[in-house]
Amino acid sequence: MLSGHKSILPNKKKLYPYLFLAPSLIGVTIFSFLPLLDVVRHSFTDAMGNAWTGFNNYRIVWTNQAFLMALNNTVKFLGVSIPILLLLSLGTALAINHLKGSQRVFRTTLLFPLAIPVACSTLFFKLFFHELGWLNQMLPDFYADKDWLKGGSAFFIIVFCYVWKNIGYDMILWSAGLKGIDISLYEAARVDGAGRIESFRYITMPLLKPVTCTIIILSVLNGFKIFREAYLLAGDYPDKSIYMLQHLFTNWFVALDIQKMSAGAVSIGGGVVAMVLLLQMGANRRGRNGKMEKN
Amino acid sequence: MERWRRISLITLCLLIWVPMIVLLAASFMSLAEILDRYGVLFSHSDVPVQVSILPTYPTLRAYFELLFDSPEFFTMFWNSFLQVAPVLLGQLIVAAPGAWAFSAYEFKGRKLFFLFYHIVMILPFQVTMVSDYLVLDSFHLLNTHLALVLPGIFSVFPVFIMVKNFENIPKALTEAARIDGAGEFYIFLHIGIPLGKSGIFSALLLSFFEQWNAIEQPITFLKDKQLWPLSLYLPNITPAKAATVFAAAAVMMVPCVMLSVLGEEYLTEGIVSSGIKE
Repeated sequence: MLSGHKSILPNKKKLYPYLFLAPSLIGVTIFSFLPLLDVVRHSFTDAMGNAWTGFNNYRIVWTNQAFLMALNNTVKFLGVSIPILLLLSLGTALAINHLKGSQRVFRTTLLFPLAIPVACSTLFFKLFFHELGWLNQMLPDFYADKDWLKGGSAFFIIVFCYVWKNIGYDMILWSAGLKGIDISLYEAARVDGAGRIESFRYITMPLLKPVTCTIIILSVLNGFKIFREAYLLAGDYPDKSIYMLQHLFTNWFVALDIQKMSAGAVSIGGGVVAMVLLLQMGANRRGRNGKMEKN
Repeated sequence: MERWRRISLITLCLLIWVPMIVLLAASFMSLAEILDRYGVLFSHSDVPVQVSILPTYPTLRAYFELLFDSPEFFTMFWNSFLQVAPVLLGQLIVAAPGAWAFSAYEFKGRKLFFLFYHIVMILPFQVTMVSDYLVLDSFHLLNTHLALVLPGIFSVFPVFIMVKNFENIPKALTEAARIDGAGEFYIFLHIGIPLGKSGIFSALLLSFFEQWNAIEQPITFLKDKQLWPLSLYLPNITPAKAATVFAAAAVMMVPCVMLSVLGEEYLTEGIVSSGIKE
């Protein structure tokens, strides 16, 4: 999309694009590029920021128990919640698409969680999952004394909160992907005697693959924001199972441990960029025809 | 099949409607009823919560207390305003022309800059908080509203959404204007902005939700709780203010939900634009 028919300006006007871009580019350079480079530098130097220490900071971070636990929890969280979110939101998008009438109500409602401030939704979730909360009263007595926010169940509550928040977002993305599929393909398949399931398996699924990669990327990025719910539900030191990277960074931040934070940030940043590149390559290899069309 | 679809969609929507209704209902309850029903939340009692979707004796008292007797609520509301409005205005002034440069012109360095923007966009806050801290510290901006405003203004996300929209403007239109002698700024203001305004709305709407919900940034960069925004009011409420919790939640939630209904078209468009990748 970067190529195409851009305006090629005559020489005396060559400066204009830079003029338009300058405010943004200068700001992004000062507030993002340069500080990011500085972080990379800090990750290889000592506390004074002068002496070169090689990979020492990385060694410290990668042998730090809290870091490994937070990393493990974050990866586990993404690994569990993203497939659930993807499947549920795809199912929802398909269900709404095939609905006769009242599509609008469902679409509008599913976007509410995006708009509802996290502080408000977590207030309800607290009422719901509290030891003496609503959920325990609906369950049979056998389970009813469990504090869901303590112990391993906290993990699943966070997964639930994430899916609740993002299902509308992903549903919109899937709908856009589905809209991009040429309807005549389905008609042709029907003429050839394909049923609903075959159509889905051999038309929808392959054509949605590139879109899937994009949705995974965005879902991962939104997944990193789950700290908000975890923090508001469980505070600074939550159950071990939901101790995420953001908790760790917030704690390191209090101690102003710039070396550890820098090495940690570069490691995570590198991981995210690598993951996005892989998915991006996956999307491109799997075909360009399914690219999302905007309507 | 149709019936099953409907039933499952309605169930899903109930999971969204019920929390909203429960919170709204509680906002019309008296302090006594709130403590009766939801006392455990404020460590007031150990009676199990008794959820209700209707208040027994509806009253506006909680709203009055919030509006007339909760100065800290007003401080935080004002803080939120000071931290959100300048960001949106700044994004309009900075991101829109930047996006126009990327989508309307071919120029040296374009691909490289766009790649930089991409990388910055995908980095989560865990990664950028260190760099944000370093830059804010060196400008002595920590513990000021600007610590949230400046990184917000130069966020790259709105640029991408606006780029997608500007790219839909037919090149013939800008070329024709150019042949007629229109200057580049004139073209941006009279063709780019009017035809790309839905993208601009989308970007600003998504930014609004993002900034209004800021939690990591204020707790990291604002030590002074006097500067904290409304998004942190509910989590830090004292039991003494229990009466206002749900009214505050309603005051925060209702405008956002209305905005999402009124701006649904733009919200949808913004989400779809964020999903289109090269």
